[in-house]
Order: sequence, then structure tokens, then C-alpha cells
Amino acid sequence: MTARRVKRRYAHSGAALLFLAPWLVGLLFLTLGPMLVSLYISFTDYSILAAPSWVGLGNYTTMFTSDKLFIQSLKVTFTYVAVSVPVKLIFALLVAMLLNKGIRGLGIYRTVYYIPTLLGGSVAIAMLWRKMLGGDGLLNGVLAMVGIKAPDWVANPKYALYSIVLLSVWQFGSSMIIFLAGLKQIPPEYDEASAVDGAGPLRRFFNITLPILSPVIFFNLVMQLITSFQSFTQAFVISNGSGGPVNSTLMYSLYLYKKGFSFFQMGYASAMAWVLVILIGVFTLLVFRSSKLWVHYEDGGKS
Amino acid sequence: MIGQRNSAVWVMAKHILISGIALVMLYPVLWMLGSSFKPGHMIFTETWFWPREWNFQNYMNGWTGIQGNPFSRFLTNSIVLSLGAVLGNVVSCSMAAYAFARLDFRFKAICFGLMLMTIMLPHHVTLIPQYILFNHLEWVNTYLPLVVPKWLATDAFFIFLMVQFFRGLPKELDEAATIDGCGPVRIYTKVIIPLAFPALVTTMIFTFLWTWDDFFSQLIYLSDVSKYTVPLGLRLFLDSSSQSDWGPMFAMSVLSLVPCFIVFMVCQKYFVEGIATSGLKG
Repeated sequence: MTARRVKRRYAHSGAALLFLAPWLVGLLFLTLGPMLVSLYISFTDYSILAAPSWVGLGNYTTMFTSDKLFIQSLKVTFTYVAVSVPVKLIFALLVAMLLNKGIRGLGIYRTVYYIPTLLGGSVAIAMLWRKMLGGDGLLNGVLAMVGIKAPDWVANPKYALYSIVLLSVWQFGSSMIIFLAGLKQIPPEYDEASAVDGAGPLRRFFNITLPILSPVIFFNLVMQLITSFQSFTQAFVISNGSGGPVNSTLMYSLYLYKKGFSFFQMGYASAMAWVLVILIGVFTLLVFRSSKLWVHYEDGGKS
Repeated sequence: MIGQRNSAVWVMAKHILISGIALVMLYPVLWMLGSSFKPGHMIFTETWFWPREWNFQNYMNGWTGIQGNPFSRFLTNSIVLSLGAVLGNVVSCSMAAYAFARLDFRFKAICFGLMLMTIMLPHHVTLIPQYILFNHLEWVNTYLPLVVPKWLATDAFFIFLMVQFFRGLPKELDEAATIDGCGPVRIYTKVIIPLAFPALVTTMIFTFLWTWDDFFSQLIYLSDVSKYTVPLGLRLFLDSSSQSDWGPMFAMSVLSLVPCFIVFMVCQKYFVEGIATSGLKG
């Protein structure tokens, strides 16, 4: 490349610097810088009040060898992710398929099904949930009408986490809309042709709909996985900030928050943050790797 | 045809099923709405959402507020915070997106890669150093830690969304403007921004909703009750609630959801399209 061409190629460098300035400042001071600092702090004991003192891998070894609550928070989070993500996606897909064809008033249904997702992240809904599933709440009122005496779901360590799972599944709206968009792109001829060939609805679902939809499923799966690992507000509000009863709702983010901002163990909390990054990274990578086996692209290209 | 009749029955069944699910899904929200008008002692004795007698006392009591702070203060705080965040995201993200989509510069590929990486990064990693930084700047217990990052385009997701959108605009427009003597700044303000309305609106809506509902960072950074936002204020109701206070709590919860509803109803079209095409998180 001649000097002149280089010059022309980067003719916009000055302007680009201007336009990127806010982002660059943010990147340096709020993302990259903090990442490095966070990595450093994760090898120290740091309470904000005194200077950090180096403990090497101490935080990391404590986590996996002697911190029972950390192990508990991992268990809670894995259970939450493993149950809520598949149930939510399956439900979203089923509803999307019901809405896909020959339904009048699609717009209204779409709106109604999206409302919980719209409101679901709010504290108001988490508080509603806590009261609704409480001992004298709405759910038990309904169950009592049919003669079932139910426990206080939120206060019972056996069920408390599942009340949060239920809240998460309730918010299947955005996954559903993405599924719906995917379903609309499947040419109806595919279905008709195979119906003529004598394939029943189940076979058509597994042999046509699912494979064509697999890139959309993949996308939804990755998104839900990443966000579920980071859930906080619902567990915080429903357990009143404690992760209780008996730590049964002690989600990873909640424990990290408690370590960092209730006990001011900032070093430990930073180490936890890095473990979370690695966890999410590994799971996302696994899903990406496995996608070669089950995600099909229409053009026959490989993922 | 035999199939015709069959399918009419099937359509009916489908409608019943779909509206049944819809009713069950909406019921909690309806129940909350109803409860906000019920006298305290009736909230947990009735499962039917429609109040037998209407009572506006809950709204009056809730509006009076808690710990000497009227609810209107929490609302005002939330509105100020959300507007600051919305403006910040729209300005800073659209600027960065314009550079990525339309300008040629050194290290573009590296910068773009870094930007994409930050979308995937859980915020937990930067949380504590950011807190330490803001603490040093004495910004804790102000809105600055919640607003300034938005002006620095830290929500890279929106940069990406706008890059995708800007790339779809015809490049000839830029070229024509260049021939007319416009530089990048004027192309950005006079050509790109006016055409980018849908992408800007999507960014505004989601920034507003996410800021309005955000609990985690507000919990960390705000400590004076007088600076509390709606989510923090609501939780205060929960903490102090004796049985009889549930009414005001539900009333203010309903109130806190009103802006989300309005935004949703007004912008529904963009919403559903935005989600379907770009696949936002839930």
C-alpha cells in the first residue's frame, strides 16, 4: 500500500476519534481498566477501608474448598438455570406454534403474552410474586377452593427456588416473539408437501419445524443462559435480601453482592466475578460447540 | 369437506386454549391491580381480583410515602435518572455506531471486536472496581454513577444495534452529502440521525425500561432515602410492612408500572419488531 492510499483509507481518523471519544473513555475507564483492577483485586484481601493485601490464589481456593455458601450458591444457580431455561423455552415455543397459524387477534395475544416480560424485571412484580405465593397468598387461596392445603411456597426451602423459576418462566414473552418471527419464515409448502407424503403432525414437527427453527432456538438458548446465570433482583426481593429460607435461593449474584457490599470482602467478590465469567464462557462455548450437531442452516452452510 | 369441520373445531379449541393461558398469565397483574383498591383486610381473603368495594385509601396512603418521603419524590428521582440515561445512551451509542458503520479509521477491527466483547461480558467483573472508582470520585450516593456510564456508551448492545441499522442505510446518501461539502459531523446530524429514527426509538424504549426497573446498581449506589428511586422506595414499603400496609404497597407498585405500560402501548410496534429482528434479552 502506498502512503497516499494509506492516507486516503484512514481519511476519517480525526472524525472517528471525535465520534468514538465517549465510547473510548468508557472502554478505558469503565470496562478495560476495571477488568484489570478486578483481576488484581481478586488475588487480594480488600475491604475498601484498608489497602488491598495480596493473598495469591487464596480467595479462589477458599471458594472451592471451605466456603459452603459459595458451593450452595453454585448449586442454586445451576438448578435455577437447568430448570428455568429449558422450561421457559419449551413453553415459549409451544405458545408461539399455537399463535403461528390461523389465529385471529394475533396482535392482542402477542401483547398479552408479552406483558409479564415487560413488567417481570421490576421490583413491584417480585414483591407481588412473594405475596402471591406466600402462605395466605393468591395461589393457596385458589388451591384451597379445590380443597388442597398447600405450604407457604416462598418460606419453604424445598419450593422457594421454584417460585423464582416460575416467575422466570412466566416471562417467556421475548423468547416467544423471536420464535414466532422464526416460525413465520418457514415456507408453508414444506409442511404441506410432507403432509401430502403422509407425515403426521409430530413427525412434521421433529423433521421440519425443529431443524429449520434450530438457529432461532440456539439464539434464544444462548441469550437465556447468559441472563439466567446473572439473575439477581427476583431472588433478592423474594428472599428479602437474605437468599433464604436456609440459603435455598442464594443465587450466585446475590451471594456476590452480599460478599462485596454487605461484608465488604471486595477481593473475594471480585474473584467470584471472574469465576462467573469463566462459568458463563464455558457454558456458552459448550453450547456453541454442540450447535454443530443440532443447528441447521438453510443454505446448507456450517455453523 | 370433512377436514373443514375438523379444523373449525380445532380453531375453536385453540382459541380457548390460548385465551385460557393468557388469562392465567395476566391474572397476577389483574389481582395486583384489584388488590390495590381493596381494603387491607380483604386483600388476602379474596382470590377474585375484582374489588367488592372500591377504596382509594391505599393510593392516598401510599402517595404520602414512607419514612417522611412522599412517593412523588421517588417518582421524580426515577424520571430524572431515566431521562439522563436515555439521552446518554442515544447520543453516545449513536455516535460510536456512526463511526463503526460509516468511517474508516486505524484499528477499526480491533475496536469493533472489543465493543462486541463488552456486550458478552457480565457486569459483575467491572462492578467492584467501578464502585471503588466512583467512591474515590465521591460520586456514591449521587446519580452520577448511574448516568455518566450511559454517556460513555457502556451499553454496547445499543451500539451494535445501531451499527446494524446504519449499515442498512444507502451509502450514496453519504457520498452525495460529501459532494455537497458536508463533513462527517454534518452527515451524522443531517443525514444519518434523521433516518435512524426506528433504531433510536428502540434504544430509548429499552434504556428507559431497563433503567426504570434497574434495582442492582441503584441499590449499590444510592443510600439516602431522599435520593431513592421507585424500585428502592417500593422495597422500603416491603421492609416496613405490617399486614395492613400491603394495600399501599400494591397501590404504589401499580403506579410504578404505569410508565412501562404507557411506553409499551405507545411504542408497541417498535417493540415487537425490535425484538423479533434483533432478539433482545428477556
